[in-house]
Formats: sequence, C-alpha cells, structure tokens
Amino acid sequence: MAKYLLLKHYRGAPAPVNDVPMDRWTPEEISAHMRYMQDFADRLEKTGEFVDGQALAAEGAWVRYDGEGRPPVTDGPFAETKDLIAGWMVIDVDGYARAVELAGELSAAPGAGGKPIHEWLEVRPFLAAPPTVTE
Amino acid sequence: MTRLDEALLRSLTPGVIGVLVRRGADFAAAEDAVQEALVEAVRVWPSDQPRDPKGWLIAVAWRRFLDATRADVSRRRREDLVDQEPVPGPAPAVDDTLRLYFLCAHPSLTPSSAVALTLRAVGGLTTRQVARAYLVPEATMAQRISRAKRTVSGVRLDRPGDVATVLRVLYLVFNEGYSGDVDLAAEAVRLTRQLAAVIDHPEVAGLLALMLLHHARRAARTAPDGALAPLAEQDRGRWDTRTIAEGVGILQAALARDRLGEFQAQAAVAALHADAPTAAETDWVQIVEWYDELARLTDSPVVRLNRAVAVGEADGPRAGLAALAELDAALPRHTAVAAYLYERDGDPATAARLYAEAAQKASNLAERDHLTRQAARLNARRSP
Repeated sequence: MAKYLLLKHYRGAPAPVNDVPMDRWTPEEISAHMRYMQDFADRLEKTGEFVDGQALAAEGAWVRYDGEGRPPVTDGPFAETKDLIAGWMVIDVDGYARAVELAGELSAAPGAGGKPIHEWLEVRPFLAAPPTVTE
Repeated sequence: MTRLDEALLRSLTPGVIGVLVRRGADFAAAEDAVQEALVEAVRVWPSDQPRDPKGWLIAVAWRRFLDATRADVSRRRREDLVDQEPVPGPAPAVDDTLRLYFLCAHPSLTPSSAVALTLRAVGGLTTRQVARAYLVPEATMAQRISRAKRTVSGVRLDRPGDVATVLRVLYLVFNEGYSGDVDLAAEAVRLTRQLAAVIDHPEVAGLLALMLLHHARRAARTAPDGALAPLAEQDRGRWDTRTIAEGVGILQAALARDRLGEFQAQAAVAALHADAPTAAETDWVQIVEWYDELARLTDSPVVRLNRAVAVGEADGPRAGLAALAELDAALPRHTAVAAYLYERDGDPATAARLYAEAAQKASNLAERDHLTRQAARLNARRSP
C-alpha cells in the first residue's frame, strides 16, 4: 500500500520515441489519446488503485511574498521554463513494481499515426505515514 | 436516546456474516447484507437498542439478503433458500469468526485487498471509513473490496488456513495507514485481541503483545511540537504502564510454551525497552540476543539492520559499524543508522553528511524531518 505520482510533462522530460507535437496530430488521433487516458483511469478505479488524476493548463505565473502589508509579487508566464508539468495521476498500489507497470501502460497512450507515444513519465513515491513499529 | 455501542456492533459483525453463510448465502452477498444491516443499526439503535443485538442483526441482514437475492437470482433458487431457512439454535460464533479471518487474509489477495476486506468484514467498518483511513476515494475502495470478494468467492469456508497470513494482515493494519477518523492501530489491537480469544496460538499472543507494547508508547512518540520522538528521547513517564503490563503478561505466557516465532521475538525486544526506566538502562546485550533469534527465524535484512543498531549500543559504535558493513547499503534506513553510529563514534562531519543523505531517502515525512533536524543540529555545532 503505497501512493505514487505519475507525472506528465509538457517540457522537461527526455524526448519520447514518437515525438510529434499534439497540434500536428489528426483530430481523431487526439480523440483516441484522450479516450485512452480516460479508459486507463476507469480501469484503475475498477482495480481499486485510482486516487486522482488532473490536467494542468500550460500557462501559469510565479508568485512570491513581498513583505508585510504588501501584495504578493507575480511574474510570468515564462515561455522558456525548462520544466513544465502537464498533469498527473495519483495511484495507490501494492508496491513500486506495480507503479512502474502502470506508468508503462500510461506511457503507451497513442499519439501521431495512432502509435504509442512512449512518453517518459516521472514516477515519484509519496512520503507515507510513519510506521508504528520502529525497532 | 442512548449512545450507539459501536464496539458491540462491530464485534458482532463477523459472527453475523458467518450465520448467513451457514444458512446458504455466499460470502460476498452475506457481507453486503450485513454491511447494510450495520448501517441500519447505526440509524435505529441509538433510540431503540434491541434486547438481542445479534439476533436483530441476523434478522435484518437475512431479510436484506433475501431482498437482494430476489432481485438477482431466479425464483426457484430463492424459494429453495426460503424453504431451508432459518436454522435456529445457538450459533458457533467462534468458528464463524475464525473462518472469516482466514478468508479475508487469503493468500490469493494482495496485501492492500486483504487489509481492506478484513477491516470491513471482520472489523465491521464501512467502506467510507476504510477509504478515509487509507486516503483513497470511496469509489476506489468499494471496487477494491468487491474485487477482493470476487477473488475469494471460490474459497471454501470450512477448512482453516495458515494463521501466519492473518497475522501479517493485522500487523499491516497496525503498522501502516494514516488514521483519519478511524484509529487503525487501536482497531488492529481489537481485531488481534478478538482473534486471540478464538484461537490458541503463541504467535497470535506474540503479535498481540507486540502491538500492546508499542501502543503503550503512543503518547510519547510525538514531541510537544508534533515532531517524531525517537525511543531514546521519549518521556517514559508518558508510557501507558497498564498496557505494558498486559503486553508483558501475554508475552510471558506465550514464551512459556516454548514455540518461539517472529512476533514473540519482536515483542520480547519491545518488552526489554519497556522495562528500562531510562534509555541508558536498556539491556542491549539481551536485545542483541533477541535479534539473533529473529535473524534465525526470518532472515530479514531489516532485522539485521536493527541488530546493528543494538550491537552499536551493546558493544560500542565501532562494533555497530562493523555489523552494518556486512549489510546491503541500499537497505531502507541503512544510511540513517550509519549516521547515528558515526556520531556516537565522534565523527560529526561524516554523521551530518549521512543524516542529510538519509533524509533524502526517507520514506515518510516524520522521519525525513527528524533526520534533517539531526543534520542541522550537527552542522550548527560545527560552524561558528
């Protein structure tokens, strides 16, 4: 029982095998991709492993504290940000091996030409609750 | 209006499922029907607690089962069942309860499925409570439980399984989980106590003792600022001495039967810690001996890591580091143990570096914060 984040990047991940930007796909290929993602999430719910899945807009801003009584400073969006997160899925599985297996399946989502993208996904374990037995 | 006796309600759950199964219901349908009866009891009992709570639950669950059967199964099958029921007379609740423990921990289930099914069918928790305890959506937990029920649907309930599989599931409930509104550690203690009442087995007693001895320290495990307090730094005045005494008593009775197992040995280590008025008075020599026993019983690398810590205390940090050097450096907590031993050996620079490295590898937040604080403490002392 461990939670993992499967992180999708717009930018910042190594190049996938089927490296064609989405705006060069056919509309049908885009629909097929979206359907694959939805089916994947539905299947994980049925196996009792789904926790959450969200997509993020590509544009965001940097925000920081600017001192007592002053409004926060905002900056951006920056077109050149190196690392840009596209979305995530959170899964609750029996272990790391299963997390890798599922990430592999998610990475097989179809892209241009209806072929798997082989997209690199980042797999990150959640920090768990501390165990009760410590010695 | 009386308060709902939730403990009573939950303790009756496995026996009621057993009665339905013996009357001919399959396990999955019986478990669903009893879950509905529990929900009904939560609604009705506070204003009108029945004189025979178990009889009430059986009657309501059986009715729900028949309703559901009527909805899905052919008329002939239903009529057969109605013709057969009910078989009155005293229910052998002990056997029913025990069989359910075995079924819910069946080796064909993954650990997370076995845990979820045990908490619902044996523990009488609702799907929502189990979902919250493990921070997953209720729909996901519902699917996990119904899948687990399908997996064990072909398992016959009439023969006992291996008690070790049940103990592993109960240990997982005790040791892992986030505890929302359900206190999972307390629930694990209750389920293990209930198991110990229906089966006479020294390892069941050993696990119960282990849980009680750790549970007794719970209040002291968290420092006033919320940080994790390691054993050596705990305020021992906050340990629950009554629970310790109970755990030690159960352990001694189990050990006297001379059938040692890993949970008894682990409980013996916990009992030696509980017995020390201060950390400095801990009998580390005996603890090392128990870890030697444990290593013989389990050959677990985690045990050998803990043994290296104990050796470091019993024979000095150099001996601990030598014991550690024989183990795979990729083991969880290996770096943290090394950091501790280097600090005790008078090498704060290496210790600080290793504490920081160990914090990066920590698998939980409390441990990561603790290790980061150790690194910070040593770094602050070294730089002017």
